[in-house]
Amino acid sequence: TFKSNPKKQEIMKWNGWGYSDSKFLYNKKGQAEFTGKRYRLSGMIIPGLREWMESTFSANLQHKTPAAPILNSSAVQPPTLNEAFLKELKSTGIPFSHDAEDRVFRSHGHCLHEIFALREGKIGRVPDLVVWPNCHNDVVKIVELACKHNVCLIPYGGGTSVSSALECPPEETRSIVSLDTSQMNRILWIDEKNLTAHVEAGIVGQDLERLLNESGYCTGHEPDSMEFSSLGGWVATRASGMKKNIYGNIEDLVVHIKMVTPRGVIEKSCQGPRMSTGPDVHHFIMGSEGTLGVVTEVTMKIRPMPEYQKYGSVVFPNFEMGVACLREVARQRCAPASIRLMDNEQFKFGHALKPQVSSIFTSFLDGLKKFYITKFKGFDPNRLCVATLLFEGDREKVLQHEKQVYDIAAKFGGLAAGEDNGQRGYMLTFVIAYLRDLGMDYYVIGESFETSMPWDRVLDICRNVKARIVRECKDKGVQFPPLSTCRVTQTYDAGACVYFYFAFNYRGLSDPVHVYEQVEHAAREEILANGGSLSHHHGVGKLRKEWMRESISSVGMGMLKSVKDYVDPNNIFGNRNLL
Amino acid sequence: MYSSPPPTPFFNIADITLWTLDPMLKKRDDFEDMLEERRNSSDLRYALKCYTPVLYKGLTPCKVSELKQMVLQSDQLGYVITQVSKEKGVTSDEVTGEAAAILEEMAQRLQLSTVRFFAFTLSKVFKTLFRSICINEEGLQRLQQAIHNHPVVLLPSHRSYMDFLLMSYILYTYDLALPVIAAGMDFMGMKVVGEMLRMSGAFFIRRSFGGDKLYWAVFSEYVKIMLKNGYAPVEFFLEGTRSRTAKSLTPKLGLLNIVMDPFLKGEVFDISLVPVSISYERTLEEALYARELLGVPKPKESTSGLFKARKILSEDYGSIHVYFGQPVSVRSLAESRVNRSQFNLIPRHIPTRPSEEILSFVNDSAYRLVRAQEENMVLKPWVLLAFVLLQKQAAEEKQGTALDELTEQAVWLRDLSRQYGAFLHWPDHIPPSEVVSSSLSLHRGLVRISEGRAVVILSCASYRNQALNVFIRPALLASAIHTAASNRKQEIYNSFSFLRNMFSNEFILCPGATVQDFEEACYLLVKTGTLQINQQEVLITERGHRTLAFLTSVLDPFLQGYQVVCRFLCEQDGLTEKQFIPAVRKFIIKHLLTGRLRYTEVLSSDLQKNALAALIRLGAVQKIKGNNYCFNVFPSEARNRGL
Repeated sequence: TFKSNPKKQEIMKWNGWGYSDSKFLYNKKGQAEFTGKRYRLSGMIIPGLREWMESTFSANLQHKTPAAPILNSSAVQPPTLNEAFLKELKSTGIPFSHDAEDRVFRSHGHCLHEIFALREGKIGRVPDLVVWPNCHNDVVKIVELACKHNVCLIPYGGGTSVSSALECPPEETRSIVSLDTSQMNRILWIDEKNLTAHVEAGIVGQDLERLLNESGYCTGHEPDSMEFSSLGGWVATRASGMKKNIYGNIEDLVVHIKMVTPRGVIEKSCQGPRMSTGPDVHHFIMGSEGTLGVVTEVTMKIRPMPEYQKYGSVVFPNFEMGVACLREVARQRCAPASIRLMDNEQFKFGHALKPQVSSIFTSFLDGLKKFYITKFKGFDPNRLCVATLLFEGDREKVLQHEKQVYDIAAKFGGLAAGEDNGQRGYMLTFVIAYLRDLGMDYYVIGESFETSMPWDRVLDICRNVKARIVRECKDKGVQFPPLSTCRVTQTYDAGACVYFYFAFNYRGLSDPVHVYEQVEHAAREEILANGGSLSHHHGVGKLRKEWMRESISSVGMGMLKSVKDYVDPNNIFGNRNLL
Repeated sequence: MYSSPPPTPFFNIADITLWTLDPMLKKRDDFEDMLEERRNSSDLRYALKCYTPVLYKGLTPCKVSELKQMVLQSDQLGYVITQVSKEKGVTSDEVTGEAAAILEEMAQRLQLSTVRFFAFTLSKVFKTLFRSICINEEGLQRLQQAIHNHPVVLLPSHRSYMDFLLMSYILYTYDLALPVIAAGMDFMGMKVVGEMLRMSGAFFIRRSFGGDKLYWAVFSEYVKIMLKNGYAPVEFFLEGTRSRTAKSLTPKLGLLNIVMDPFLKGEVFDISLVPVSISYERTLEEALYARELLGVPKPKESTSGLFKARKILSEDYGSIHVYFGQPVSVRSLAESRVNRSQFNLIPRHIPTRPSEEILSFVNDSAYRLVRAQEENMVLKPWVLLAFVLLQKQAAEEKQGTALDELTEQAVWLRDLSRQYGAFLHWPDHIPPSEVVSSSLSLHRGLVRISEGRAVVILSCASYRNQALNVFIRPALLASAIHTAASNRKQEIYNSFSFLRNMFSNEFILCPGATVQDFEEACYLLVKTGTLQINQQEVLITERGHRTLAFLTSVLDPFLQGYQVVCRFLCEQDGLTEKQFIPAVRKFIIKHLLTGRLRYTEVLSSDLQKNALAALIRLGAVQKIKGNNYCFNVFPSEARNRGL
């Protein structure tokens, strides 16, 4: 009776990122290679990766830290089942399971400490039961039963959380039920007059786009996790997509939300594009991180598929000039669908991920470009940085737009660096997450985290947070200099979103995850001290809870708490995120 | 009586971590004499040597003129210019012009050729004046590292005009980045020299510009831009002016506030503050200072004055010790002290008054830095002899002192000061009597102290003052024990706290650190076997009496001085600020002549001013604003306060 495979673990890794068939590895010749067939990089040799890894992290192919190959079911605690709940659940006919693999798969997101523990075969508290509702009404029944029998519910969408949001609270004594929305993945209707689509919230990003594309539409919402993350998850975390400059973030895309709570179902009575009816109740739902209920159906804006897409890239002599250019682009409100600025370290990293080129001609051209930029234009290879661009729309306008942006870039010393570099940059977005698993095979751990800030603080935060990471690593006894790099990924009228990447070689440390967490904690303190936000789109979860009060004030906390107390007085949605 | 919070919780000696308190455990670097090479090789070649200092890693090199442009175009200054032009109803162009003129008057024009000229001349002068200039080279290595990593602020102690030339001379010699130096406007009075100083990195600040917003904005932006860009280390004197008494002065906070601001507002990752202790065996200004303290006005800085002063070239000024202290990171100072997110909600280019939190942070940091300077001041044997001689003079032992006796007392004091952590340069391989006689010969002008000439005594006192910071806390405790009605610990603490509060204009005593100071003093006196302290009581040991007597007499001149000032004020019905010094001086002379006062050094105007400031602070004297400043004295209250 399943519409899609509920056993995601059969095609996906249980202790790493993404599809089981796709991963980086070093082949017998010691060359890096990306396996599988799913991505453009699949099946290719990446000649520069090994040297980059060895020189950046002082990593060594001789020093391996392989993961536990299979899940040892005996390491999983037997489920605490609420028999009365189970009995009534059976009578509804909604599928469920208490198989160890099913439970472990839904017990975590992708924070470093979560994956690290799985690789070591360490399993903490996991859900006791997994249920697969098929539709809104199934969810209503499950929530009713959970309330009746006092069972803790944790909604599960794509499992791509990086905020410890899916972790089961260890202090929870009730039976924990993971509510997997993956079977609620239909587009219920498309309204071409109003350009909206009504979609079940369990649908995964790539399926939603594919299905809409079949009708000539798209939502344009493309978070980096879109291969796996779900619509309900986007709503629950206030997600942001790469192309938000054209399509908007999730709060701009959503027209109507239906959510099942212990108090009943919340939804608006009409689909008007804007309302003045007191505070927008959608904003209690968006960002609620599974603490109030389950989002079951969403009406979203759709757009006709763009006629034309064009990638691009610009090289700047240094990061400061790049940021100044992005600021000017935002001031003129002419940002392309996506514009991202990588710092020098990331530029080098992107370079290391270039696949083997097949023709001498291409490598000759590359050499020529490099010569032009570094020797002729005098860019310092250790300071230059790159912006990647994506334009979308009708052909003529795209070309016009492109010229406008390149003209601005030129004023800040930017040189157009070709479509290829741009496209490769965006392609890397999807494979980069696989790279952490490779690092973890060789004593390298790392993660990314994000923030947003006003324009005038972008450079200061980038500099200070990167420096803080380096200093903290040193203070905490990390033996090798860490990778500490950032990129500006979104521009707004009043500020920008910045991503930090940080990784280090942990040889010689007895508790690397603890060190890692201390450094990340310090980095977040630095962000907040310098005027950055607690999160731009990853959310708070349990990882960043401690800073909520200072972020939104005590009164703000009280407001959110009173909503929680009213909607879910018995804490049925007990994942303890956010508050 | 006075009110003070009880010390909470009452300390327990065993709880105090030894290494924070025990000065004996302090590690200090060795010295090298930098003049030695100058005596053996060509000064000209040295002045023309290849100079390639290590620079700040984040530096984008820029010219002096570009620096000025950056200041004039900064958002900070732009905001103030708009504000001032609205307030005064003049065009912003006019105000910008005004700002440019201020900047012109202020800005340095660092030029290597001028520095080379100074390097040459100073080599000649230094070799004539000084036996040696000793530097801790390890400190310079730390400094070089600091300059590479972060913007650096150099904070030398200030005892002589020599200080900043000496600093630049050292940095040039060791191939370190030359600093830009905040200097008082008075130097600009010396036309040619002022310009030369400007070309060797000095920038000039008016002595007072209290309400002038525009001046403040130009000045603070100028300093910040040089610092943030890592253009050069910024150097200034925390004490604001030269200390005439060799005691460290209460730190001024304005510039320190400015240089910490870029860190607090997140504009740089960190800033290194480097305290530098410059100790002169004999200051060039020795007699000048003493006269100034006695009311002979300070000669105006002038080029011709400088030439007249060249007769000092024929004298022997002993050696100089310069100790570059451990760089202090502003980031670590601020950690868990300052909530930096307080700057998140206002654009950073809008000038705001610093919050109480920031002010108290800057104040505490300033005291810490001055103490760091004090701790690394090198003390010569003569400083200890000055203690002995002055105490003898006050005891009116007119017939002079036998060398043997002097040596015995100096050796006793040497051992005591070492136990208290003094950085004493006492040549242990030479018999003490020789050390004593050679010290006496260097300072032969001052040795005839028993004649009681005020200039001589004040000069002598300024040498003794160099070591006051070593003894001040134990001395306060000793006096507290002396004055307290019983030996109960609480009572002694109370009188310690009172004395400390009274003298906080006189000595470097960080506000709010009474308990720490008390603990420190107790620790030292217990450790050296002077006291025994149990739960309730403080007991003096058999051999502790000599130490306690010495310590009490350290503070005695100051206590008596303050008492005389109080007595003087009690006899007045209000007087103007201008009248105060001459009148109190007359009063003191009368007391000295009648023998009711033993300490000639009370004639020091520094002490008199400090005493008055303390009485105003404590509310015993009131300053009334009127046509001219008047002090309203509340004699009864002054008496109540135990004076």
